[in-house]
Amino acid sequence: MINSIWAWFTDPVNWQGEDGIPHRTLQHLEYTAMAVLLAAVIAIPLGLWVGHTGRARWLVSLANSVRAVPTLGLLLAATLWLGAYIQSDLAFTLPSILVLGLLAIPPLLAGTYAGIEAVPPAARDAALGVGMTSGQVLRQVEVPNGLPLFMSGLRSAVLQVVATATVAAFVGLGGLGRFLIDGIALGDYPQTAGGAILVAVLAVVLDGVFALVQRGVVSPGLSGRRVGGRGKDSRSVSVEADRSSTDAPTPVAPA
Amino acid sequence: MTWLADNWNTVLTLTWRSLYLAGIPLVLGFVVSIPLGWMASRWSRTYPAIITTTGLLYTIPSLAMFVMMPVLLGTKILDPVNVIVAMTIYTVALLARTVADGLNAVPDDIAQAATAMGYRGARRLFGVELPLAAPVVAAGLRVAAVSNVSIVSVATLIGVSQLGDLLVDGYNRVIWGELLSGIIACVLLALAFDAVIVLGTRAVTPWLRVQAARA
Repeated sequence: MINSIWAWFTDPVNWQGEDGIPHRTLQHLEYTAMAVLLAAVIAIPLGLWVGHTGRARWLVSLANSVRAVPTLGLLLAATLWLGAYIQSDLAFTLPSILVLGLLAIPPLLAGTYAGIEAVPPAARDAALGVGMTSGQVLRQVEVPNGLPLFMSGLRSAVLQVVATATVAAFVGLGGLGRFLIDGIALGDYPQTAGGAILVAVLAVVLDGVFALVQRGVVSPGLSGRRVGGRGKDSRSVSVEADRSSTDAPTPVAPA
Repeated sequence: MTWLADNWNTVLTLTWRSLYLAGIPLVLGFVVSIPLGWMASRWSRTYPAIITTTGLLYTIPSLAMFVMMPVLLGTKILDPVNVIVAMTIYTVALLARTVADGLNAVPDDIAQAATAMGYRGARRLFGVELPLAAPVVAAGLRVAAVSNVSIVSVATLIGVSQLGDLLVDGYNRVIWGELLSGIIACVLLALAFDAVIVLGTRAVTPWLRVQAARA
């Protein structure tokens, strides 16, 4: 079994053209980027607004309740429904991307909102006290303080999309899911397993990349990481803050 | 909704299969998470390793996890055990961290008071610390339950039958009644799991209601 999977990986045919591993991986990344961007355009401003003003918290609960709907069902229903209105190849791609975007909204919205909500009221009051405007408080205090939770929301969203994009190969989407779905349909287990390994590696690597980004963008004052490694200047903040900002993403979404 | 009326028995059978494919891993995962979470909270040096490993497992997409199981377990491809093991892994990935964080949140003075009263080792864990961590653990269990029901439906694509069959068959044959019945049944099943966990948590944490009544 292991040998035949290895043979699949080392067969040069599987590295070329439309159906090749590089092209399928790129496709998978493209879909993921499109869906997450789509969701970000909606979820981030909304989350900032709900968190900053404290209004319409029900939006977050509403988005969270969408999670009880099975992703496969959502995907199939959207494809069946929208596919009827769209001619050309887009009938398979567009509904999938829309659903992937929709699924990325709850974790992004919850992350953005929770990040701002978790800013200590004292920090917010102090910022207002030194004369910052409401916009300045949002940009200079709430957003930087909310970044750790926002980043874990973003990581959940990315993982959710990578996983669901794999399943979406069933309704004709390209990407790495093709190897799995086609492999299952053909009874070609080496291809199926090869695809599975590729998807798993892609997910783990992507999450690792975002973990590094998180390390880079979150203020050392929050993460407790030492600044420039220089002795006394650098503060080491509580372990609690460090834990919430690093390591694994807070897993909030079904994969 | 004539489809539902005509196929009531099929829906019930498939709901039952979804129930155990999502439910058994929830229980198994919970049982496995207790020692893991306890270890991570007891020896804080093990925390990063345990949480990173389980977090890594959670990143693996469901369809990939399902199809890799036969290689790892040596089972047949259509064996439901593949789904149960995969779902257990996801549940542990979610709950190990929750249990550890819940146990970490138990105030030190309470743990010390329990020790002073003669609660030691496992008795202190199960008699004092775990019940106090119950609200945090329950929150994790609820996320795991809802996510399990959704993920299990993907198992149809590897040929393990449950409610996901209604989704795929409804799509393939363009029977909206079947597809929508499948979605609604999944949502109801998720809500049922959620309700059981909420009620169960209430039952094991009576002091929370006393506190709320006093406040």
